[in-house]
Amino acid sequence: MLPETDSHALSPAAAAGEETGARRGPWKRVFQGLIASPTAMISAGLLMLIVVATLLAPVYAKHVSGTDPFRSGLSAKIKIDGKPTPVMQQSTEGLGLGVTPIGPTWGPQYMLGADGQGRDVAARMLYGGRNSLLIAGASTLICLFFAAIIGIAAGYSGGVVDGVLSNLIDMIWAFPVYLLAISLSIVMIGKSFALGPFEISSGSLIVPILIIGLVYVPYVARPIRGRVMAINQSEFIMAARGLGIRRWKILLRHILPNVSTTLIVFAPMLMALNIVTESSLSFLSVGVQPPNASWGTILQDGQTLLYSRPWVSLAPGFAIMVTVLLLNLFGDVLRDVLDPKSARGR
Amino acid sequence: MIAAILKRLLRMVVVMFGISVITFLIFFATPASDPAARIAGRNAAQETIEAVRKDFGLDRPLYVQYGLMMEKLFITRDLTSFANRGQQIVPTVMAAAPATLSLVSGAAILWMLGGILTGITAAAFRGRWPDKILMGISMMAVAMPVFWVGEMVNLVTQNRLHDTWAFSWVPALGYTPFSQDPGLWFRSMVFPWLTLAFLYIGLYGRMLRTGIIETYQEDFIRTARAKGLTGRKVLLKHATRSAIIPIVIMFGMDFGVLVGGAAVLTEVVFGINGVGRLTYQALKVLDLPMIMATVLYASFFVVVANAVVDLLCLLIDPRMRRA
Repeated sequence: MLPETDSHALSPAAAAGEETGARRGPWKRVFQGLIASPTAMISAGLLMLIVVATLLAPVYAKHVSGTDPFRSGLSAKIKIDGKPTPVMQQSTEGLGLGVTPIGPTWGPQYMLGADGQGRDVAARMLYGGRNSLLIAGASTLICLFFAAIIGIAAGYSGGVVDGVLSNLIDMIWAFPVYLLAISLSIVMIGKSFALGPFEISSGSLIVPILIIGLVYVPYVARPIRGRVMAINQSEFIMAARGLGIRRWKILLRHILPNVSTTLIVFAPMLMALNIVTESSLSFLSVGVQPPNASWGTILQDGQTLLYSRPWVSLAPGFAIMVTVLLLNLFGDVLRDVLDPKSARGR
Repeated sequence: MIAAILKRLLRMVVVMFGISVITFLIFFATPASDPAARIAGRNAAQETIEAVRKDFGLDRPLYVQYGLMMEKLFITRDLTSFANRGQQIVPTVMAAAPATLSLVSGAAILWMLGGILTGITAAAFRGRWPDKILMGISMMAVAMPVFWVGEMVNLVTQNRLHDTWAFSWVPALGYTPFSQDPGLWFRSMVFPWLTLAFLYIGLYGRMLRTGIIETYQEDFIRTARAKGLTGRKVLLKHATRSAIIPIVIMFGMDFGVLVGGAAVLTEVVFGINGVGRLTYQALKVLDLPMIMATVLYASFFVVVANAVVDLLCLLIDPRMRRA
């Protein structure tokens, strides 16, 4: 890499130091950059709202919809305009055989209608959102953690370690992500197993979290490795080495803080990607397992009801779209604040 | 040049070997589960499990198991399914391949053309409303799961509007082979192609736009402007030409992602009987041999496709031959 393209990519610490004589902290500058951007503030605020709404799922289920969204309500009846109406309605099409779940009432009960098992979709949306966000967030952390370790180990040690690790990364990355995830899911889902000291029960959310977290490790580890190698060549590291500072101290004091910005830039993008991945895997029935809900499983429930009750599919799709959009918008601003060079192109 | 080609081919073989080992280990060496029981399928009789154990050599060392599995998959090709008793797996996958190929190749053409068009238009109108609209749409495209887009398309084209003039030309969901009826093949593939390409048109459009705008800051663009070229010539002949190279390289990588991911979902939603739908159906009944076969064949296809793109780049760009 050219030294010229490299100089921009110093840590916020270095960048802020150049600009303000190192009086303001680096993270304060990033924070102020975010505050100053209406896009970042609005998207962060709306994301917060989504999180709070999903956290209030039990309250909604108990006091508003008044149903248990995890028990099938095939014979349940609700009052509409004072008349008791069954949740599963006799089909009016064709021979009149079979039942169709109730459509959106736009009232407190079954606001978005019921799914194939007569469960309140609106309440499941909130519970499902909780799981979708939890899985996406946790798998993002797992992915960043392992990617950082592998990327730094490969980039900093070089030589044989780098050779082995980066070839392994390349190989796993050549494996199509979804196929890898499907293969992992099919052997891990549906049975309990021990992971070290922990007993993981079948249908646990840990399984999709681990799978989604691990499949994107190469995607992040590769740029981290490149970043570490570039920093390693830069003058301030050479100076530190010249001063006789120990290798691990250089790693902790100088490499890690500089890599952390790259990791942070990846976080919202990765979380957005993970939300979509979770929904896709759950749609293929290898993600979140019933009776647990997630936006992906609701989409799967809605698949057979697509033409008769489109809202079962529409609602989770919109939820995913809005959440991912907000994460990407926030991530764009975050990247521009942390890495001013990327903002130049705009 | 020949050395570079051989090196790339060797790399391809190594990656294929690596993928086959990873897949094998996932399916056969995951702790705390009996691969024989898993291969034999749900509620298999004890005799079946024992037969599977003997047939796949599961009581022998791992490398023998690996060898036997690869032999069944690629040499004798006589792996049979247990969920759909007696179904020959490799021929079934091969029969499904043309549908998947039609889907991904058509979508790939659309996505490259659409992406380039979007990127150039957005860059040309940078900061004005066509740019803002295009970038807004592409931001949305990236945010939507591809199977959901497919469902929404179906909702519009297959439901109430299906009998109106707008969408009456769209055939019912499913796949018609090209050899059987080219016209019907094309009409049934239009919306799957568009759905699959939608995400990438947005992604590539954004990337190309950024690339062109960054290229505008290079010296040779200033030179081109200084010698009096029109804005259009600078954009199309100079900036786009240099910004498009990374897009072509990325295309090779994303094509694999597409085959291995989005195509599976698109096939499921549009009822196209390709390799992806085969995988989906195998997942529903936990047909392990079928899943292993589709995963391996699809991954190998992706690896070969990537190698072909790299070899093409070698031919086009002399700088890469040195690497």
